[in-house]
Amino acid sequence: MLFVLPALVVLAIFLIYPAYYTTRLAFYEGDFHFGFFHYLGVDNFKQLLTNDPDFLDLSKFPPGGALVNNLRWVIFYISISLIIGLGLAVLAVRVRYERAVKTAIFVPMAISATAVGIIWLLVYNTDSNIGVLNAVWHGALGQHSVSWLGNPGIVNYALIFAYIWASVGFVMVVLSAAIKGIPAEIMEAARVDGAGEWNIFRRIMLPMLSLPLSVVTIWLFINVIKVFDIIYVMTGGGPGTSSRVIAFTMYEETFHNGRPGYGAAVAVIMLVLIAPVMVLNVRRFRTEKVVA
Amino acid sequence: MATVESAVPIRAQTRSERLVRLVSRGPLHIALIGIALIWLVPTVGLALTSFRKPPAIASSGWWHSLTQWDWTLHNYDSVITATGMGHAWVNSVIITVPATLLPLTLGALAAFGFAWVPFPFRDTLFLLIVALMIVPIQTSLVPLLKFFANNGHLNNHYYGIWLAHTAFGLPLAVFLLRNFFVTLPKDLIEAARIDGASNLAIFRRIVVPLSVPALASFAIFQFLWVWNDLLMALIFVSDPSKQPMTVRIPYLLSTYGQEYNLLAAAAFLLMALPLAVFFALQRYFVQGLLAGSVKS
Repeated sequence: MLFVLPALVVLAIFLIYPAYYTTRLAFYEGDFHFGFFHYLGVDNFKQLLTNDPDFLDLSKFPPGGALVNNLRWVIFYISISLIIGLGLAVLAVRVRYERAVKTAIFVPMAISATAVGIIWLLVYNTDSNIGVLNAVWHGALGQHSVSWLGNPGIVNYALIFAYIWASVGFVMVVLSAAIKGIPAEIMEAARVDGAGEWNIFRRIMLPMLSLPLSVVTIWLFINVIKVFDIIYVMTGGGPGTSSRVIAFTMYEETFHNGRPGYGAAVAVIMLVLIAPVMVLNVRRFRTEKVVA
Repeated sequence: MATVESAVPIRAQTRSERLVRLVSRGPLHIALIGIALIWLVPTVGLALTSFRKPPAIASSGWWHSLTQWDWTLHNYDSVITATGMGHAWVNSVIITVPATLLPLTLGALAAFGFAWVPFPFRDTLFLLIVALMIVPIQTSLVPLLKFFANNGHLNNHYYGIWLAHTAFGLPLAVFLLRNFFVTLPKDLIEAARIDGASNLAIFRRIVVPLSVPALASFAIFQFLWVWNDLLMALIFVSDPSKQPMTVRIPYLLSTYGQEYNLLAAAAFLLMALPLAVFFALQRYFVQGLLAGSVKS
């Protein structure tokens, strides 16, 4: 017990009690010292979900607001990362320079989101003499230079792609390790029986990869609910409020707009979105594992 | 990796056979090399930009510097001294080292308790820690900042950020290390107990020396996490002279907007240490990240 006590004390003070505090604060207006000032009941949540176009705006098409933007992230970041990562994992094992390709794709995993932000600000620069994307778009294809981060209709996708660039290496490495774990005899047997490569991929590899795929998907999901740094660096939520996400709203409302209760309500929404994954993790650990 | 090829009976290939094979696999090679190049271009662009003179950056794309050699180290000189990035780099180190060692130590002790010392509610407490692994930082920002401010302004020193990172690294440390410790041979630990070794002695003399790979994997993961963190440093390090690079670079961005010579040099300084660790300890590095996948 003495061994676990220091860790438990730290967790209780710095993680568990704060989560309780924030949840309680979400039902107050909150004051400058983050105290429980002016009880509001569920008004913060009501306001967020029905009367704050920066958070959820269903009145226009396509809908907008941080929650909708985060949904865009969930859909595009997760699916594209999975497709590229899986594709690379499947293809790279077939060539001799596998290691080199994997290193090139994995390197961005080591780079801080702050640096990723600077790297992609350079790529997306509107001046085709600076930004490589506009150099190709304008210089080589003859189109007008595009302000990838200045256009509300494009900015979210530009950010999502930069983050995919930084994350795909992880997806590829996990799936590639799993693919190598598939017994070669199974694939050989299928080949001898005349199965095409596509069928082997669909009927043998994919089913055998379902567990690592779910692990990676959960990882991507948690990433996407928490995404903040790259948006803070690249757009500051702009232009206007068009690239805000949930975590960014929490920061903005709490620390810039001086509305700690409102920000706490946003944090609680984050917690609620992540809670199912927590339950899943605990349940998985309980069934498959030891607990000796 | 070689399974596909080795299943085919090995024999000398004629030249034409090799050519046919190369052509038929052409699309595969083009796709792989193409994607790898696309993935490299943004980083290479930043690296080259950081070595170019400001007028050159403004008048021509960085790809021109591949043919017109005109490098300079001046950007690094100005960004390190004039903009204070050298100082911020040192701050990053000061923040990262204790924020890696503290959770490693506390986590290893707790993991040993969970793995080898029976006590009441052990499994329940462990499941609680599994759940805590992915609690979003956002639910702790405000109460912790208040706590630090009320207790000797810990946020004006490094103590606040050290403690915050320790708390957020702990669940993963306990989870990973406990799962590794339980796989150690039971006989070895039982034998030491019979010989009268205390739990602490068993931990220090047997468990830790046998668990270096797991400890290294967590240490690298945590090092990377802390070094690359922006949000927690933004909130918990209130004194500008103590802020790490991840926080100072966005300030640089708002002050020097389009001066890519400085921005690129600063970003490259920030990346240098993790990249060096990556290339030196690639195996532990990848293992650490794989292990950290349960946390994100």
